[in-house]
Amino acid sequence: MRRRAIITAVAAAGLGLASPAVHAQGPATRTLRFVPQAGLSSIDPIWGTQYVVRNAAFLVWDMLYGVDSQFRAQPQMAEGHEVSDDGLTWTIRLREGLRFHDDAPVRGVDVVASLERWMVRDPMGQMLRALRRTLDAPDDRTVRLVLAAPFPKLLHALGKQAAPCAFIMPERLARTDPFAEIGEAIGSGPMRFRGDLWDRGKRAVFERFPAYVPRQEQPDWLSGAKRVAVDRIEWLAIPEPSAAAAALAAGEVDWVETVLPDLAPALRRNRAVAVEIADSMGNLGALRFNHLHPPFHDVRVRRAVALATDQADYMRAVVGNDDILWRRSPSFFTPGTPFHAEDGGEILSGPRDVDAARRMVAEAGHAGANVVLLAPTDIAPLAAMTEVTQRLLDALGFRVEVAATNWGGVAQRRARREAPEDGGWNLFHTWHAGADCATPAAYTALRANGDKAWFGWPEDATIEGEVAAWFAADDVAEQKAAVARLNAASMAFMTWVPNGLFMSYQAWRRNVAGIGKGPMPVFWGVTKS
Amino acid sequence: MLAYIARRVLATIPVMLIVAFFVFSLLYLAPGDPAAVIAGDQATPQDVERIRASLGLDRPFVVRFGEWLWRIMQGDLGVSIFTNLPVSHMIAQRIEPTTSLMLITITLAILIAVPMGVMAAWKAGSWIDRGVMAFAVFGFSVPVFVTGYLLAYIFALQLEWLPVQGYTPLSQGFWPFLENLILPSIALGSIYIALIARITRATMLEVLAQDYIRTAKAKGLGSRGILFLHALKNAAVPISTVIGIGIALLIGGAVVTESVFAIPGLGRLTVDAILRRDYPVIQGVVLLFSFIYVLVNLGIDLLYTVFDPRIRY
Repeated sequence: MRRRAIITAVAAAGLGLASPAVHAQGPATRTLRFVPQAGLSSIDPIWGTQYVVRNAAFLVWDMLYGVDSQFRAQPQMAEGHEVSDDGLTWTIRLREGLRFHDDAPVRGVDVVASLERWMVRDPMGQMLRALRRTLDAPDDRTVRLVLAAPFPKLLHALGKQAAPCAFIMPERLARTDPFAEIGEAIGSGPMRFRGDLWDRGKRAVFERFPAYVPRQEQPDWLSGAKRVAVDRIEWLAIPEPSAAAAALAAGEVDWVETVLPDLAPALRRNRAVAVEIADSMGNLGALRFNHLHPPFHDVRVRRAVALATDQADYMRAVVGNDDILWRRSPSFFTPGTPFHAEDGGEILSGPRDVDAARRMVAEAGHAGANVVLLAPTDIAPLAAMTEVTQRLLDALGFRVEVAATNWGGVAQRRARREAPEDGGWNLFHTWHAGADCATPAAYTALRANGDKAWFGWPEDATIEGEVAAWFAADDVAEQKAAVARLNAASMAFMTWVPNGLFMSYQAWRRNVAGIGKGPMPVFWGVTKS
Repeated sequence: MLAYIARRVLATIPVMLIVAFFVFSLLYLAPGDPAAVIAGDQATPQDVERIRASLGLDRPFVVRFGEWLWRIMQGDLGVSIFTNLPVSHMIAQRIEPTTSLMLITITLAILIAVPMGVMAAWKAGSWIDRGVMAFAVFGFSVPVFVTGYLLAYIFALQLEWLPVQGYTPLSQGFWPFLENLILPSIALGSIYIALIARITRATMLEVLAQDYIRTAKAKGLGSRGILFLHALKNAAVPISTVIGIGIALLIGGAVVTESVFAIPGLGRLTVDAILRRDYPVIQGVVLLFSFIYVLVNLGIDLLYTVFDPRIRY
């Protein structure tokens, strides 16, 4: 019996029957005990861009703007802004009374230094940096940005949820090299980070910041009032999913960010526990091609693979038979989000035709070609998708060399541009967070700008033109049209193959309320009785 | 004896150097890149390269190994790539849970396994013997993580006697400390108990067949005296050897046990460091484990002279 099956069987037997805990720890109701997806080893959201770091950073730091659930940037630390008629000068006014956790006021120079550091690391920030003429703080509550050309997506860049986010830090911290880690976590967000209680990778403690001034608007994702209803939030890393689920069942923790699909049915039988989808935007599975080398430098071969792809095979391999947890997506953009478009997606949504795909490969002159498929064995969804692809490539007549390694190995090898036979690669699987695939703003994987593109280095002028058109678009209709054309161009070029959208569960004790769905755990509005 | 101990302690230095070289070489050759982990999935290759350069990972093997070795010789294990904390500090933070788990496991295992093995040998062929052997087969056959989950299911979730996971330092009270370690120790100790019980039984059977045991019986010595004063003392050398070898089993098992019971010990630290390619931490922990293993072997060798005075060094 496989290890996972044993764990599931044992855990499933216990979780559903367990009654409320006798081992609850901590000073009772005002402390929320949360199990994040991974342990928190760094707290610098610019230096380390892992999701767990970003999620923690949203408690500690605030941003000038924050996107709502419709991906509209709303003022957060900003009171408001003015744009000059030519669209080149932006003047942003800070709200009154903003203070950092060390009691120092938030000043314009803090914002300038923070944005300077962020612009080095973030793709949208780099675009902004290229356009910036000056960025300064005329006074303590004002920031002025003068651009060489209009940049209509400025507010989105400042408020987006994709890492790295434009968090505002004290100037002394923001002066740190963007490629080095800051020494302390001082923000102006709703929670203060207790560095003295931090056991890196194991336990992190956040305490409510009494001087935080929330906005008056209703909270909506990263916008509106960030009112935290508990005094203390403890992040406890429990890397073994079954142990985390058992701890929740026993009442030793209050909220688990990620629950394995196998464990969800058993947890549901526990009346003290609620299980829900964590983020309906989920993750978009991706089969990434190397565009530098045969056979996938040829668009006909890439489209042949797409024609033979059945997203159901991939998604069931990832989430099992729980069909609530996946959706087909004949699109590079996340289903259910405002800019979602399926233009050109017929190649993925129409009938599957492996024979026709095999003929396309033969006509392109690549029948029986050798291909190297990178296979990370330590990340279950990627391992599952890789197995499906191996079968698919076999069916298309390729000679597949599976380079089995762990994710660290894939991350290292995918950066190599050499020919596959010289240590390079042809294909690998990854996934992209659905929230990051809602707009082209921070969608690095969609870009096709050759040497500067993400791994695989696709190059296509049409795609780049449509990305530029979206960035230049002023109104929503124009943006939607640009995204539709971008999706069609990406499908025609088949930059990579979308494998479907998969989601995961989160679970919490029923004495906790106010937990919402979103691309990250949002703590404001969460109560514990 | 003192000269022997001094020689053995000095001999650990080349052993540690060889271990250091192999550890460093294996990590250098192994796939994976901490810079890619730090940079995140959306980072460009240029970003990854810059981080790699800032971490000094782009320098040649010989330079990195030389610097590392020089620091090690000065007692400096380096600084973690991910946490920027000294490795010695991280090890110090995590050593208490692992040491506690291992000491309780070893104590528990010896207290249970040795009497079990002795009884099985004394009552060879009886239901006691068969019971002990059945337990030993079970202990060997069931992986630590399955035993761990079964114990957590029964004693934590069903009976609610003990916590499912976590660790409480001894400084916060003896019972809170102990209640977190009972289930992990039993889970981790099951293989160890089985191993020691089997070896004790086999060795005791051999010793009990010796002439001097028959002589002791003929003299009218009681069972307890024969078993524990004469037989067990003569069987102690192979048993203590197995206990020493078992330390290695415990170190490996601790990694799994700490994961199952979410104990923030050296096992978890090692796994996390391996997953993230935090080279200084991996090197530091492996060196520490090697050092412990060398010391345990030295201790076992010295114990031989206690159990068997004929042995001289």
